[in-house]
Amino acid sequence: MSAVSTPNAPAFVAKTKGGRITNFVDERVGGSGMLREFGRKVFPDHWSFMFGEVALYSFVILLLSGTFLTFFFDPSMAETRYQGSYMPLKNVEMSVAYSSSLDISFDVRGGLFMRQVHHWSALLFVASVSVHMLRVFFTGAFRKPREMNWVVGSVLLILSMAAGFTGYSLPDDLLSGNGLRIIDGVIKSIPVIGTYISFFLFGGEFPGTMVIGRLYMLHILLVPALILLMIVMHLFMVVVHKHTQYPGPGRNDGNVVGYPLGPVYAAKAGGFFFIVFGVVALMAGFFTINPIWNYGPYDPSPVSAGTQPDWYIGFVDGALRLMPGTIGNWSVEQVWFGQVFSFNVLVPALVPAGILFTVMFMYPWIERWITKDDREHHVLDRPRNAPTRTAIGMAGFVWYCVMWAAAGSDLIATHFHVSLNDVTYWLRTLFFIGPIIAFVVTKRIALALQRKDREIALHGRETGRIVRLPHGEFIEVHAPLDEYKRYKLVGFESPSPLPAEPNANGVVDKKEKRRAKLSQWFFEDRVAPATPAELEAAHGHGAHEAIESGETQKTLSR
Amino acid sequence: MKALSQKRRHPLAAIALLLMGLLVTGGLYAVATTVNQAKASTSFSANDAEEGGKLFAANCATCHGMGASGSQAGPSLVGVGAAAVDFQVGTGRMPMQMNGPQAYKKPAQFNEEQTHQLSAYVASLGPGPSIPEASVLDGQGDAANGGELFRVNCAMCHNAAAAGGALTRGKFAPALSGVSEKHIYEAMVTGPQNMPVFSDANIGPEGKRDIITFLKQIEANGSPGGADLGALGPVSEGLFVWIAGLGVIIAFTIWLTSRTS
Repeated sequence: MSAVSTPNAPAFVAKTKGGRITNFVDERVGGSGMLREFGRKVFPDHWSFMFGEVALYSFVILLLSGTFLTFFFDPSMAETRYQGSYMPLKNVEMSVAYSSSLDISFDVRGGLFMRQVHHWSALLFVASVSVHMLRVFFTGAFRKPREMNWVVGSVLLILSMAAGFTGYSLPDDLLSGNGLRIIDGVIKSIPVIGTYISFFLFGGEFPGTMVIGRLYMLHILLVPALILLMIVMHLFMVVVHKHTQYPGPGRNDGNVVGYPLGPVYAAKAGGFFFIVFGVVALMAGFFTINPIWNYGPYDPSPVSAGTQPDWYIGFVDGALRLMPGTIGNWSVEQVWFGQVFSFNVLVPALVPAGILFTVMFMYPWIERWITKDDREHHVLDRPRNAPTRTAIGMAGFVWYCVMWAAAGSDLIATHFHVSLNDVTYWLRTLFFIGPIIAFVVTKRIALALQRKDREIALHGRETGRIVRLPHGEFIEVHAPLDEYKRYKLVGFESPSPLPAEPNANGVVDKKEKRRAKLSQWFFEDRVAPATPAELEAAHGHGAHEAIESGETQKTLSR
Repeated sequence: MKALSQKRRHPLAAIALLLMGLLVTGGLYAVATTVNQAKASTSFSANDAEEGGKLFAANCATCHGMGASGSQAGPSLVGVGAAAVDFQVGTGRMPMQMNGPQAYKKPAQFNEEQTHQLSAYVASLGPGPSIPEASVLDGQGDAANGGELFRVNCAMCHNAAAAGGALTRGKFAPALSGVSEKHIYEAMVTGPQNMPVFSDANIGPEGKRDIITFLKQIEANGSPGGADLGALGPVSEGLFVWIAGLGVIIAFTIWLTSRTS
């Protein structure tokens, strides 16, 4: 808009009708400014950057399919007799909630498909959130300035689990009722207040007649609203911080190398939404999920074999399965002051999940405290270039996976024809030593990969061409890397341990000493990137650079 | 009639005739054999028991002892009844392939006549559950009632969808699809392997008929929502979404981001 425009003659008249409409809107809401700002946002291209998008798209699918389901679902726990078209349940006494879920499956046109779309995209939602978080963790994308966004993401993970679990419980079939019963047991195992909380939640003794209606309100109102709020915060911060990028030539903490949102990324992202929707629709069309008609109506007395929660709650169920009731002759369940303390339920249900989530929330600050690294990072670490962090992540991942596998211990036993007891013993052992093995192995692999990178950076790629020299010696010719590839192998930071430093009063306090020890542990095993001088030395030999490979022993600084 | 005589020289007439002939023969044979079976399952002749005794001595006595009186390796079979033999031998569980926590189902080692003779022999040793009559195996009971009985009495081991489940120390409750009506009934009255006995006082013959009706009905229904992934519940669903769902999506992300590099 030019400053000299008069009220009667607009400064700009678009030639086409579309242009005039666009201009009308733009003059009133200033859309072009926003579009210019967002359209020029640059996104680096890498497949691992797209899991957050998958999560967002599955959430959109969840909102759409979930809205459809609310048209037909009735969360009432009033008793009724099923009169729908599924014969094996004809005239069976059940709650209206279960009956309406069956009606959605068998008597609403497209209902079963929509139910399966909803459930598959719920599983995909939590899975993509998890993979996205793993990517962020292993590439160090949670470092300054993104710590708060990591926290928002962690909250999103917990909220997505809450959304999933509340939804899983709604059909009021045998499977979901068994799941709720476990939750009720866990709540009741909380000393002193557990029973009160359970009665408050269920509106009386389990299962009561209130819980489905309450969970329904949480599932369709509170939890999705919170998720939406967190997603807005999450994306807002992504815009503020700009996207991270993998190391590469020309990429540094001050720029973002990639394609702008408009038009390339807008088209890609839009298309990707339909790809995700298509994959979910195909799964929903061809593969059944949660066949509630198999399980029958909920009744507190029967418990079906193979009762498991959906995968994201599996690790808690697995921890419960791994917990022994007695250790030696000592009963884990204790009676103190005439009260029962069910530590055999309380400890496995809350402690591993508590540790996992506490460490997850605090990790950016833990690492920041150890490394005293207060700089902004926009270039990611390749996982191998942060061996200790990668090893910590893998230890946590393996720990999670052991508990996760334990949730399917009965199926492992039946499908591999092994004893259920042995599966439990092995998983109990792995619960303790699995993370340690994972830590050591991952760290060694990361260091070995770094050494390989260093070797390739210094001496080039092995060509497999053997040359016999005039004096009879055989050598393998190494082809030097081009500069772009070499940059990737040498352009990273490898901090050395940071010794304890005195504080303002000139005193090295205990906390600082502990930090120094941790820093030693974090950084002591490292392979320094090849320095320009080393590269110079390695390449200075000209044509026969590879001959002398024995001479330039790689220096592994410790 | 005229149309028929015109069409009889049609090139496909011979094939149609052949098909009709096969269907009629097959149908008659099926009817004849089921009639025989129904007759045979209720009555044993003295000759059956005698032949069964010989088969028993040759194939079973190593573990179950001469005269089926039991040994260190196998229990006494006096009083287990014809139903137990018909189930164990008929499903191939006996003779056992090897010692283990549980006998596996495998192709039956004896034909129907031999199984019948073995049943007759064991039934002659002492009174026990007999082979069920066809009237309780017709699958015409109340499936909904059968479903409730199944969930209360059977689902904790066999899974609500009858997909089977694990027991302790390598033992397991098998999946029930593909098990014949007769064998399901016999399993309930004899309690093979680790299964408890469901006597007529516990679940009456009508209730057992309902359970069989339920099982056969869910088997015939198949999976209305698409491939059932083993009917194993959330574990196979989780595995599927991680491997197939995310796998396909990762393939797409790689494809989407590979064009620009």
